Amino acid sequence: MSKSQMIQTDVGSALSVDEIAEIDAELAHVPYKSGAAIDALKIVQAKRGWVSDESLRGIAKHLDMSAEELEGIATFYNLIYRRPVGEKVILFCDSVSCWISGCDDIKSKISKLLGVDYGETTKDNLYTLLPVPCLGACDRAPVMMVGDDLVTHLDDKKIKELFGKVKTKSTSSSKAGPKSEGSQ
Amino acid sequence: MEKVLTRNIGFDQKPTDLKAYEANGGYRGLRKALADMSPKDCQDLISDSKLRGRGGAGFPTGMKWSFVPGEDKCGPGHKYLVCNADEMEPGTFKDRLLMECDPHQLIEGMILAAYTIGADISYVFIRGEYVLAIQRLRDALAECYAAGLLGDNVLGSGYKLDMYVHPSAGRYICGEETALINALEGKRANPRAKPPFPQVSGLWGRPTIVNNVETLCNIPHIIDRGAEWFKSLGIGEDAGTKLFGVSGKVNNPGCWELPMGTPIREIIEVHAGGMQEGYQLKGFLPGGGSTDFLTHEHLDLAMDYNVIGAAGSRMGTGTMIILDDRTCPVGMVLNLIRFFAHESCGFCTPCREGLPWTRQVLQDIEDGRGQPEDLETLAYQVNYIGALGNTHCALAPGAMEPLQSALKYFYDDFKQHISSGRCPYH
Amino acid sequence: MPTIFIDGQELQVKDGENVLEACLNAGLDLPYFCWHPAMGSIGSCRQCALVQYQNEDDSRGRIIMGCMTPVTEGARFSLQGDKAKEFREAVVESLMLNHPHDCPVCAEGGECHLQDMTVMVGHSQRRYTGQKNTYRNQYLGPLIHHEMNRCITCYRCERYYKDYAGGKDLGAQASHDHLYFGRHEEGVLESEFSGNLVEVCPTGVFTDKPFLKQYSRKWDLQSAPSICTGCAVGCNIAPGERYGKLKRVHNRYNHEVNGYFLCDRGRFGSGYVNSDARLDYAGIKKPDDSFMAVHQQQALETAAGWIKGKKVAAIGSPRASLEANYLLREMVGAKNFAAGFSDTEAPLMSAVALILKTTKAQIPSIKKIEAADAILVLGEDVTNTAPRVALALRQSVRNKSFELAAQMGLPQWQDAAVRNLAQDQRSPMIIVSAMDTKLDDVASECISLAPDQIADLTVAIVAALANQASGNNEQANQIAQILQSAKNPLIVTGSSMLNLGIIDGAVAIAEALCTDDTSAMLSVCVPESNSIGAALLRSGSDDAIGLTLSDLVNNAPDVLLVMENDLERRLSPDEMHKLMGKGTKVISMDMLENPTLGASDMVLPAASYAESQGSLVNMEGRAQRYFPVFEPTAERLPSWQWLLKLGAITGHKALSKLNHFDEVVAACANSQAEFTDLARAAPDNSFRDRGLKIPRQTHRYSGRTAMNAGVSVHEPQQPHDTESPLAYSMEGLNRDQPSSLTPFVWSPGWNSNQALQKFQAEVDGPLKGGTAGQHLVVSSTMGYTAISSLSKGASQQVKSTAVKMQPHQWQLVPVHRVHGSDELSVNTDEIAELAGCAFVALGAVVAEKLAVTDGDGVVLGCGDTQLSLEVKVLRRVAKNCVGYSAGYKETLALQPATLVTLTKDAKWQRREPQLIASDRTIPDPIILDPNIAKGGSAHV
Ligand SMILES: Cc1cc2nc3c(=O)[nH]c(=O)nc-3n(C[C@H](O)[C@H](O)[C@H](O)COP(=O)(O)O)c2cc1C
Ligand code: SF4
Ligand code: FES
Repeated sequence: MSKSQMIQTDVGSALSVDEIAEIDAELAHVPYKSGAAIDALKIVQAKRGWVSDESLRGIAKHLDMSAEELEGIATFYNLIYRRPVGEKVILFCDSVSCWISGCDDIKSKISKLLGVDYGETTKDNLYTLLPVPCLGACDRAPVMMVGDDLVTHLDDKKIKELFGKVKTKSTSSSKAGPKSEGSQ
Repeated sequence: MEKVLTRNIGFDQKPTDLKAYEANGGYRGLRKALADMSPKDCQDLISDSKLRGRGGAGFPTGMKWSFVPGEDKCGPGHKYLVCNADEMEPGTFKDRLLMECDPHQLIEGMILAAYTIGADISYVFIRGEYVLAIQRLRDALAECYAAGLLGDNVLGSGYKLDMYVHPSAGRYICGEETALINALEGKRANPRAKPPFPQVSGLWGRPTIVNNVETLCNIPHIIDRGAEWFKSLGIGEDAGTKLFGVSGKVNNPGCWELPMGTPIREIIEVHAGGMQEGYQLKGFLPGGGSTDFLTHEHLDLAMDYNVIGAAGSRMGTGTMIILDDRTCPVGMVLNLIRFFAHESCGFCTPCREGLPWTRQVLQDIEDGRGQPEDLETLAYQVNYIGALGNTHCALAPGAMEPLQSALKYFYDDFKQHISSGRCPYH
Repeated sequence: MPTIFIDGQELQVKDGENVLEACLNAGLDLPYFCWHPAMGSIGSCRQCALVQYQNEDDSRGRIIMGCMTPVTEGARFSLQGDKAKEFREAVVESLMLNHPHDCPVCAEGGECHLQDMTVMVGHSQRRYTGQKNTYRNQYLGPLIHHEMNRCITCYRCERYYKDYAGGKDLGAQASHDHLYFGRHEEGVLESEFSGNLVEVCPTGVFTDKPFLKQYSRKWDLQSAPSICTGCAVGCNIAPGERYGKLKRVHNRYNHEVNGYFLCDRGRFGSGYVNSDARLDYAGIKKPDDSFMAVHQQQALETAAGWIKGKKVAAIGSPRASLEANYLLREMVGAKNFAAGFSDTEAPLMSAVALILKTTKAQIPSIKKIEAADAILVLGEDVTNTAPRVALALRQSVRNKSFELAAQMGLPQWQDAAVRNLAQDQRSPMIIVSAMDTKLDDVASECISLAPDQIADLTVAIVAALANQASGNNEQANQIAQILQSAKNPLIVTGSSMLNLGIIDGAVAIAEALCTDDTSAMLSVCVPESNSIGAALLRSGSDDAIGLTLSDLVNNAPDVLLVMENDLERRLSPDEMHKLMGKGTKVISMDMLENPTLGASDMVLPAASYAESQGSLVNMEGRAQRYFPVFEPTAERLPSWQWLLKLGAITGHKALSKLNHFDEVVAACANSQAEFTDLARAAPDNSFRDRGLKIPRQTHRYSGRTAMNAGVSVHEPQQPHDTESPLAYSMEGLNRDQPSSLTPFVWSPGWNSNQALQKFQAEVDGPLKGGTAGQHLVVSSTMGYTAISSLSKGASQQVKSTAVKMQPHQWQLVPVHRVHGSDELSVNTDEIAELAGCAFVALGAVVAEKLAVTDGDGVVLGCGDTQLSLEVKVLRRVAKNCVGYSAGYKETLALQPATLVTLTKDAKWQRREPQLIASDRTIPDPIILDPNIAKGGSAHV
């Protein structure tokens, strides 16, 4: 990267009016603006799926922080994404109880079905697969989250139902998310 | 046995709303405290009840609260109560149940705790993946504000308390109470050095109490029904009931409210339905991923803090993980160490560098590349990383607990990996 | 004084310190990384482990961190026991897992704290067989090189850069064993103090980039104790030389002045010493205006011929040593001597000299500034004019947090805990200035006023302090109240606005705050390394205050001697032309080619500070001695030697009696009362430590017999230093001599700069050899305001000069820059790059009116002159004020308080985007929702 390119990317910063309003609501109950840093990152991520450099700088500016300070925070946490993700993030539990219940095998199968490994996004941009520490549903292992939904008792059949058609899906099916398991 | 914490939790696990909660005696403790009890009275009662923290360390709750300085010492300003609902300890799934199914119980406990310590702002610091619990807590909070249970004048008593649900951005270390405070402040969640303890200088430098969800859920009942009643619930040394859980290859994995002091065998064999067919119990972690393995010989021990401690492990969160005879103990420890190495905040050297090093040695052994001297290295690492005080916080020593006990109980498995150059369980 | 036991040995230790400090103070070698004496403890590296025992019977004990454990009466520890040693070795072993082991190509090699500690704990065998983590390095600008793979994650860089120095653009990122210390994206580090990262980092992550390009190992550097010539703070430095080149500048600890830290001008701004623009030989101007090189002797004879029987005058220099200036004054007589200030500057400098001599207020050392608990800054952007003072001010605002911590029984060194407790509660610091200052971020209040209004405000504050005017100036009352309720109030001001009213007002406030038992502190920043020395010379002699430059312009002498002074910076082109015109023979001595040398009839090559010795008087009146790091090459001579030779050849009565530097010092000391103690600044030439001079070279200085073999196989003799107590040699001791003679720090086992603690009487305390330097003027009880004729009229004068403006006119205010405003340091490539081009600084409102943004051009109109300059948009600017780059070549002609017009320069070509992020204003967020954007109310 040349120096001039490097600089120019620093000029833009984008936050939507909605995002600003939500961030300001958080600001109302923290004594220092930087206290809302994590909330602000999450607000932006909830709307856009991830936090781009531009968003990060926009948030930093809005909170009177330096981009470095906010970067340090954003990159510390597992659930702040600093790279684009698919429409839904699959948080696949790979911790001990799920491991005992054979999650490694399930993970390989999901990877095969979706054609992605950890950290990757499917070609149709529907899913990003990420490992997650113990999801607190060990009695229903193996488990994962697809978007906001907890999917428990994973087995071959279940993952086929969920992801079996992903690759062949056309645009119309992009709305069909995984079925919610709720907490039953 | 009497159900206390789970009395509103039915088999369908539907959430209890304000109406249903109150119909079953909910907010009775709060009304009682606000009407008849001073914060000091509440404080004394909780101390008398012998309630110990359910977050893992088992610290006496009343004593912890008593460290909060009065205004004469800490000056005017906010005090904070924080509910630790981060629940990321591997194998632990009890707080989720309490929050998803009976959010008001937690809220009542928090109001009472806040009232006792003189807090005017409180937070539920909850892991972000608990989407359902977050929603249900938020719904319950809205009900409380509408009903005057929270806000500027709680139940007309003049006591003021605000409560917020604060979803985490995700890291196991956020469960450590001082790291949690940094996370609440919007910072990197490195733990803080103690002293000063958060009771004196916590959130935004002000006095702060951090308690586990389950700990707080006990409060309304103790206030309502008294210390003696609470102590009588336990069948061993410790007071009250506890959510115990079992995961692994048992017939009926789950989570049950049982008296403190319930024997381990009863929990595994009766409540969890015993081992699945074709599987034998080889060992178990009694209270989450950062506790030492116990084995057959410990099955008749009572689940009491000191009893489990004397056996060389910890009660931890009370949720057990079963190691069966067809699961590789090296692989299981490797899985845990990988988790801890990844979740290390990176602040102090033994944890940041030592855990990945341990992970690498275990991976070599598991993959059949192990060398005899690797076992010495592992013992060396346990010694280096495993003692409280060697590291800045308790994460790394916790991480070493399964490894050090696995080396004790399953040493042959390690040796066999090395001598045969492969994992015998594969 | 508690007693503790270490390995059974009984130690009396200092109350309130931690065990690591206690060990180091006892001379014990306890390894550490993350702890830093100036920054306290966080307990992250876990290197400083000991075993603590409960009592005498406890034989197991438990590991504790020395840096996190306060000493308590009777506490028992083991440092040498196996358990402690094994743990410490394990820490280093694990720190080295991912370290690249690239010591041979690492700029830290040989002075690496990590190397030292690795050896100290005995780690020598590697068990880890896994892959190493690797990182991408960032471009951090021309000064600092980044090599993340070497990082051991001690957090020192972040804590220094952010917490200590207030930088915003460097920090910890990511977590677990992927921690990364860097910027959000590549780019120049913004802090004026970034260079200290080089010394703060215990290994080679942040290294000195210019040094890398001409690298030598520490042990091969020849060093001498020296003083930074970058500004008037007088930081102590240790420059290192090899092969006749000045290689780098390191900090030299002075407890009362710079402590552990320098600014970037001081550390990196000496590149000019090696410049191609240095003069090597004397030259005499030929009729075609070119110079003919001549030998020293020929030049001296010619000069003597010119001078003989003629009316001779001289212009000295606030950047030349006191001794050289003194000799010059002696040579021509005080009546014919100008100290070298411009006409605007001269009365200010006289005033400051008088203040130092007479004020009741306390003139604080930089260390004392750190103790201030309420600060009023008047008219000065301290970070850009006296950088090291600004770094001290950043520490003083923390006193509030230390107060809170003390209430809790929390020691100051518990760094993270103190910060968590206080959050952003700070001691009050009120900044009154025309524009942004680099301390605004920690100020409790920033007030933007034009310089004359600042002076007015001081008058109101004085009145409020005397309870005279309560009510009519609320702002002044508030400030007065804050200052009055402080225990250690400090007023900081300076000459950068060239406004006497502000300085007088500052003194009046400080003196009004003095009571019988407390004296308020007063710090006055002046621009150059010896501004005070020159001002004292000018004011000291009874006969006259000397000449001003305009005296000389209007009444040209036959011969004019100019010493180390580029008059282009002080005179208009017309005046310059007149002064240097045909009638006068001008003899100039200086280092670098400059317009003054160009216009002279004879030029003499002067040695730089690194090749000569002398004393500089800093802003607090402290005389400090610098010594030659290496002998001047070619035919360069230190100015004082040129003058002695000239004195001898012309048979000057006084000068021809002086032969040696010590004699010059003695003569200077006798010449006026203020200089009486000058000789105490450092030991004289006769000093010997156990019979030997102090070596400039390290014990393992290598290649002495071979380093010049490529040129000649005849090994040259080492030069003999006949003027100072230092030797160009490896022989001798470098241990506990007077601190003014410590050329570098090294101690067995401690090759890095951390060896310093072996030279300190106690951790973070004064050096064993005492604190270097000598106060020449000690504050008195007289009171400046009482005797100053200047100040009497100050308030009326201020009002009468209050500027009247037409619409579309602005008043010029000088804006100083660490990189750019200083004459010498910009001759260093890296500094020139950072300085950028001359500029005009505008407030957002004016910028909007002119329809310009950062990087655009405006035409600044001032009488007949039209200057096309780059725009910088600032955050706050006083009404009707516009800033201009002070000290930049293109804007030298501009004078403060002149009225100017501004128009957009339509033909302006924007430069490459500015590299320093803080110089850019980030545009407001782009609003994505078009509907609400039209409503226009959603967010502001
Ligand atoms: C690494 C680490 C993770 C922790 N995670 C949790 C957690 O998720 N939930 C919890 O309640 N306590 C957790 N704790 C314990 C807390 O630090 C703290 O002791 C607890 O919240 C206190 O609550 P209690 O007194 O009610 O038990 C953790 C401790 C450590 C060292
Ligand atoms: S033990 Fe691990 S998690 Fe705890 S502070 Fe040290 S690095 Fe962070
Ligand atoms: S120096 Fe004590 S822990 Fe780093």
